[in-house]
Amino acid sequence: MASGSEEWSAAQIDDYETLISTTDVELLKRAWRNEKAAPEILPFEEALVKRAKEQIQLMEETVDDFAESGHDPLIASLYQMDLDRAQFLLRSYLRVRLQKIEKFMFYIWKSDTHRNRLSTEEEKFTERCIRDIGKHLEETVLSKLADNYQSVLKQSIISEEDDMVPEPQLDTFVVAKCQRATRPLYLDGSRQSASFDRDDHFQMVPGDLCILRYRPFQEELMSGNISLV
Amino acid sequence: MAGQSDPHISLLSAQEVEFMAEDELIEIVPNMRMDSLNFICGDFGPFLPQIATEVPLWLAVALKKRGKCAIRPPQWMSVENLTRILEGERDSQGAFQALPFHYVEISTLLFDHARDDIPDMYMVRSLVEDIRDVRVHKVETSLEKFSGTSAVKIPNLSAMEVNIIRPFVGRALQAFYKHDNPEKIPDVDRASSGQTRVPNNEPREDMSEGGKIVPWMIIYSKNIQLDQASKVIFFALQRPLRR
Repeated sequence: MASGSEEWSAAQIDDYETLISTTDVELLKRAWRNEKAAPEILPFEEALVKRAKEQIQLMEETVDDFAESGHDPLIASLYQMDLDRAQFLLRSYLRVRLQKIEKFMFYIWKSDTHRNRLSTEEEKFTERCIRDIGKHLEETVLSKLADNYQSVLKQSIISEEDDMVPEPQLDTFVVAKCQRATRPLYLDGSRQSASFDRDDHFQMVPGDLCILRYRPFQEELMSGNISLV
Repeated sequence: MAGQSDPHISLLSAQEVEFMAEDELIEIVPNMRMDSLNFICGDFGPFLPQIATEVPLWLAVALKKRGKCAIRPPQWMSVENLTRILEGERDSQGAFQALPFHYVEISTLLFDHARDDIPDMYMVRSLVEDIRDVRVHKVETSLEKFSGTSAVKIPNLSAMEVNIIRPFVGRALQAFYKHDNPEKIPDVDRASSGQTRVPNNEPREDMSEGGKIVPWMIIYSKNIQLDQASKVIFFALQRPLRR
């Protein structure tokens, strides 16, 4: 965060203002929506989840105090509603990630980029899941197949790659909304320094709503320029 | 799992879309006095009788249900404004009028809980329903321009409408992309569970009416051959829109 600069440019001031006025609930909501819509697992928002958990715990204690001290039940119920909403967001976010892990666990385990996107607990979960599923498949089915076909990851020993591992479909189409201007991209995914006369070069301005393929816009999503709806 | 929607059918359930809409701010006029509320999602109040304040929609509805406030309908929900928007929708064939992103959810919640706070409630309600009908009809009737595109821009569509068309348009666009670039998409569909493969072996959804093609505001398109296009349109026809 720039602290030493004397003058902030207009863009920096805008960003700072958006940063301080966006509550954790807003950020969590955006992370939840992105995670739901994206076909692959996104980086874990560690700091955000930690902050949200602390706030929720604090609020739980406050609500318990209200209930015991016989405070105005209306206010207690309103605080409880807000607490429920925040808890739902947090839990749903974690649940969606777990669903994605369960779906693509072998793929996530193999690829380092995806593995780095998990939190430590999620990594432990993935490891246990893989072990349990592997063991289950082996005991029920694989050990009874012919020798060349006993691997969980490959169809048979002669396969060159792990073709029994489902991969996330990055070519699905998602609905995206633009928060900040994106860099110009070609729709087939390659990015070159802009030659503006080609008509398949694509750029979004803030406020646009588009349906587009996920793969070329992965980086824009990670950097926060667009968000999925 | 409580409250979670099945990703195979639709990404977000209607309740989840409403949940997101409930964070929109709306003006209320409280009829009692209350201290400020320090919620996780922000600080609101203090509440003084007859002084208008802005609160999230869920809080406004909760207070209204307990008879503690009157809700002031938002600016865009007046009869004049809605009539103007309705005429705009009827006149322009391809474009959508600018409406708040969550207008459907906001208006439904207000009609259910704050009837007496809206002047000319019946008029407003019928106008909103007409606007919804016209917009959905517009969305349904202009897909002829939908010929093998890679991205589609739709300004001014609302959250509920996006949620309704998302599965259909997603699959249609994916089919176009696949037929356009057969070498780019590996045939992973056989190994992965639940990934959709157009056209035949889709999980069944509840289909009501016959297939309609939905028009669009296309900006970018790639050329695909005419017989491929007609094949894809034929398959896309098998996926009628869900209301």
